[in-house]
Amino acid sequence: MTVAMGSMKAGEPVFYVVDEHEHPEGSSTMLGFWIYLMSDCLIFAILFAVYGVLGAKYAAGPAPKDLFDLSLVAVNTSFLLLSSLTYGFAMLSMQQNRVGAMQAWLAVTGLFGLAFLGIELTEFAHMIHEGATPQRSAFLSSFFTLVGTHGLHVTFGLIWLVTLMVQVKTYGLIEANRRRLVCLSMFWHFLDVIWIGVFTFVYLMGMLR
Amino acid sequence: MSSDAHAHAHDSADAHAGTRQGQLIGFGASVVLTAIPFLLVMHGTLDKQATALIIMAFAAVQVVVHMIFFLHMNTKAEGGWTMMALIFTIIMVVIALSGSLWVMHHLTTNMMPVHEMGQTP
Repeated sequence: MTVAMGSMKAGEPVFYVVDEHEHPEGSSTMLGFWIYLMSDCLIFAILFAVYGVLGAKYAAGPAPKDLFDLSLVAVNTSFLLLSSLTYGFAMLSMQQNRVGAMQAWLAVTGLFGLAFLGIELTEFAHMIHEGATPQRSAFLSSFFTLVGTHGLHVTFGLIWLVTLMVQVKTYGLIEANRRRLVCLSMFWHFLDVIWIGVFTFVYLMGMLR
Repeated sequence: MSSDAHAHAHDSADAHAGTRQGQLIGFGASVVLTAIPFLLVMHGTLDKQATALIIMAFAAVQVVVHMIFFLHMNTKAEGGWTMMALIFTIIMVVIALSGSLWVMHHLTTNMMPVHEMGQTP
């Protein structure tokens, strides 16, 4: 590795490494994806801050106590937690090159994710039916934005999951697919971490108010 | 070179799988750390302030458990850069959250209530 100080072309100095050094394909993907997750974390932090500021502004409308069903949230939480575990098992199967088992665990993960989304959408539909729409109060606007953004992430995670299952079925456990599966694993576990914040600060703290 | 790169990619992918035992420990801890706050709020008899503090503490511990057992965070992965990015993010999150809540709380308490304004002649 040499830093070119001399002339590349007619006396113009160059102050950077000119040697091509090898970057194996995908070697920086994990770090890059982690930094993406951190930026996503900042999005959620701002949405949490908005909810923290506006979460008690009911505009004489419904409050968390009138709307939330904690047993439903507990079921939802357990679905997401179980999906994190099954994704972990899928990663272990991948490590052992057991494609069938991995696909099965991924499918189970997808079903848990789908169940989570189903319950969340049912909850939203129920709230909107009762007149607790995002337009009703600042509390509901910030609630739907925060929880909806998380739900949207889960939706895209599911689409990604199905895509990767098809990829693995078509091309097998090639290096690129392994890398993608690890990225989705980080994404999926990250969504579970965000959900800890949601159920604690939105649902449980909301019921305490 | 290419076989070396292959091995390296394998290593970094496998490092994210952890062990079955680790997954189960993380899951078991998460179940306990989730169940207790829910039970405290749904059936608890503690006063609200204490309950709030306890469930926030449980959430913080559970986030760390997830980071270690599911996201396999450590100080050595990617030459320590994932940890650096995480620490930077935590600082930003703390500033954004505490700053917003602090400023907006004071703004709310200093706002003149609307009905009092209406009563002034």
